[in-house]
Amino acid sequence: MPRRVLSYNQMVVDALSDEAVNRLFHALADSTRRDILRRAAAGELSVSRLAEAYPMSFAAVQKHVAVLEAAGLVFKVRRGREQLVSTAPDAVDQAHRALDALAEAWEGRLNRMSDLLRQETPGNGPR
Amino acid sequence: MSVKSIDKDYDTLTITALAEFEAAPEQVWELWADPRKLERWWGPPTHPATVPQHDLTPGGTVTYFMTGPDGETYHGWWEVISVERPEKLRFRDGFAEEDGTRRDDMPISDVTVTFAARDRGTVVEVVTAFADREQMEEQISMGAIDGVACAMSQMDAILADA
Repeated sequence: MPRRVLSYNQMVVDALSDEAVNRLFHALADSTRRDILRRAAAGELSVSRLAEAYPMSFAAVQKHVAVLEAAGLVFKVRRGREQLVSTAPDAVDQAHRALDALAEAWEGRLNRMSDLLRQETPGNGPR
Repeated sequence: MSVKSIDKDYDTLTITALAEFEAAPEQVWELWADPRKLERWWGPPTHPATVPQHDLTPGGTVTYFMTGPDGETYHGWWEVISVERPEKLRFRDGFAEEDGTRRDDMPISDVTVTFAARDRGTVVEVVTAFADREQMEEQISMGAIDGVACAMSQMDAILADA
């Protein structure tokens, strides 16, 4: 992977938040979800096509996909009237993720500014 | 610090970050104007910043780099647009190669910071906008920004064990 592809995300994102890590591990802790992820990585599939592969209800498969989506591992991509599960975000998703990363970076910066100011003026307690 | 809010506008690709600090505007301003102070909050603990060049005047340049845990460095620059101490600061923030060459394949953001005295503190508002939305989407489609690829590469090892 070229260095430049990694540098943006690493540069602007603070260490992954606890919730993000939890969502990631929760998503991967289930063998069905890991399997869905492998299938999605191999090619975009509709949820109904995915559901055919597993001995469970369509709703159950939808829930697994939702968990993967919440962890940022898969994305719903629209192709015509179909919604497909994909591991590659489209440009809109990517722009959103870039914005999310930048927002997290600024939150971290505000926190550190506050810490620094508090160190400079030890008499001031939190508001 | 209180009254902190981070608003994201996905339509305009703009972030508005707001916080109130218990310090006078001049003191908060110094966190931006003093490069040694800027170094202490610009980067996260995992990627601390170094600011070798800091000319906070209209048309001036600030350069910085962040050093990751393996010693890899990520370089950036500010092109200062306007400076009204201690009320307002505007600059563009972009990426650079190690030798300082500005990268035009990565997004540039437009940053406006305002400092307003309130009670005995300061309200700071930082508005960050991706300077050119079309350019940013083009960069995305060229694969310049791929957060998923980064996450996926870290997941490879876990999936292989599953």
